[in-house]
Amino acid sequence: MATVEPEHPQGPVLALDGQIGLTDLDRLRRLLAGIGGAPRATVSLAGLQRLDCAAAWLLLAEQERLRQAGTELVIASVPPHALPLIEAVRANLDGAEAKPHRPLSPAMLLDRIGRRVADAGAFLRDLLQYLGLFAARLSNALRRPRSFHLTALVHHCEEVGLRAVPIVALMAFLIGVVLAFQGATQLRPFGAEIFVVELIAISILRELGILLTAIIVAGRTASAFTAAIGSMKMREEIDAMRTLRIDPADALVLPRLVALVITLPILGLVADVSGLIGGALMSWAELGISPAMFRTRLIEGTDPIHVVVGLVKAPVFALIIGIVGCRAGMQVGNSAESLGRMTSSAVVTAIFAVIVTDALFSILFAQVGL
Amino acid sequence: MTGAADMVIRIRGLENRFGPHVVHEGLDLDMRRGEVLGVVGGSGTGKSVLLRSIVGLRRPSAGRIEVFGEDMTGIDETRHAGIAARWGVMFQDGALFSSLTLRENVEVPLRAIDGLDPKTRRALADLKIAMVGLPPDAADTYPAELSGGMRKRAGLARALALDPEIVFLDEPTAGLDPIGASAFDRLMRDLVQALGLSVFLVTHDLDTLYALCDRVAVLAERRVLATGTLDDMLAVEHPWVRDYFHGPRGRAARRAPSGPGGR
Repeated sequence: MATVEPEHPQGPVLALDGQIGLTDLDRLRRLLAGIGGAPRATVSLAGLQRLDCAAAWLLLAEQERLRQAGTELVIASVPPHALPLIEAVRANLDGAEAKPHRPLSPAMLLDRIGRRVADAGAFLRDLLQYLGLFAARLSNALRRPRSFHLTALVHHCEEVGLRAVPIVALMAFLIGVVLAFQGATQLRPFGAEIFVVELIAISILRELGILLTAIIVAGRTASAFTAAIGSMKMREEIDAMRTLRIDPADALVLPRLVALVITLPILGLVADVSGLIGGALMSWAELGISPAMFRTRLIEGTDPIHVVVGLVKAPVFALIIGIVGCRAGMQVGNSAESLGRMTSSAVVTAIFAVIVTDALFSILFAQVGL
Repeated sequence: MTGAADMVIRIRGLENRFGPHVVHEGLDLDMRRGEVLGVVGGSGTGKSVLLRSIVGLRRPSAGRIEVFGEDMTGIDETRHAGIAARWGVMFQDGALFSSLTLRENVEVPLRAIDGLDPKTRRALADLKIAMVGLPPDAADTYPAELSGGMRKRAGLARALALDPEIVFLDEPTAGLDPIGASAFDRLMRDLVQALGLSVFLVTHDLDTLYALCDRVAVLAERRVLATGTLDDMLAVEHPWVRDYFHGPRGRAARRAPSGPGGR
């Protein structure tokens, strides 16, 4: 592809021919380095059949480099077909100069942390705003029931409530089984097997039943809310609603939140019952505590206040899950990527918020002595 | 002068069907080296399906597709990759990888080249970004931060990364405002001239056709109904072709100063 004539009277000459392109850059660079050093050198392109951008770039970049090193590199006999390419590359050469990266300074780091904290504050304020919006729209709907979207409410009750029953019941049943089994193994050495009933009853009724239900619903429903509202946001359906004087909060947020507030306590109750059934069955199989005895023990030994303590948390969890899900949906931008990001963020936020709230409830109940 | 050697794409008897729905049947099409071939047709005539069949994203139901004289149907993967390196595809919205910056996007095809050091790769990517008319500071941005027109240009830069001989453009001016669209037409015309490209251009845009194309192929009735220059198209007696080229938009585009003689 190249012949070198080092002893030419006007300085060394490199004659290139054939096709020169992206894969020949190393060779071309070496050849050009070979003819450098003299005050004047020539690259002749007379025999060139095809030149690509990469090779043209290298020629021009080396020309510049050699000029700074004191060698004038002449690009001679450019065939007409290669001329526009070389000119186009030359015209855009400045753009090809890479800018240095800005290093991360402590001030930038501090700036980033500050922004994060401010964002977190704004996020909490945003959630409160949605809670306020919900309260306002709800009182509005109570005063003027005809403006309420009843069909949507029924639809969402089925979607978030009825359809979640199998998974919630199965989960609670298995938790009951596990508790009974573990409790039996731990209590048997002390001859205290019978207390397994209290263990199951208190832990399920007070904490696990509703907490695990809320976590499952957070995973299932918060993501569904975000995806549904978010995809409507993406397709500008929400904007269309506004121009048609339909309030998105009335049409989309209110029915979803009300449906959750209605169905989550019911789902919690389902979980409680099926957890107790699972526990009872396992106690029967593992410890020989008959279902009748389990029932007697349950009624006599367990304070009904535990059920209340458990279920009173349900509407609060419901509001948290619903608000987080709906808000994330409204935050979706116009790319599919942001929809995915907001959906997963909604699930994580909802589960985290549910657990934090549960911890706060525990402290509260401990303080008031329940 | 239009011997078989000058044909970069040669399609014979192409057939594409989706279940009972036949998109192409007995479709023949030739594309010569160095020409800009515009492919037009109503919605659903399978312009994009044709493009996807040629570049190997869709296996045709029957027929023969030759690119650079090689039969692409039933070719093995390494040979296909070798030929695919000689073409570039620009998708409708750029189809940039959203997790990479523009420069990294353009670098993706360059990574497959052995013995290319990162500095050179970076410089070549920046060169291509400059050549499609994007400002240098755009190279460090992510696709989501750019406007539609800039994403298209970046998609073009990625398609041109390996200095292909053929470029496939799928609706390059769709979704651009008229000023952006004619800027893109100008850019394409300059690049075609500078890089000696053959361009397979799927479009609806009559202005683009008049600004860029040497020849036009009309898809209708499941095949290529007519090919020829834009002037030839005016003489075609088919209702769709008549409506398309003689309609008010067609007349306006014909009168525009960037007509076929404007190059």
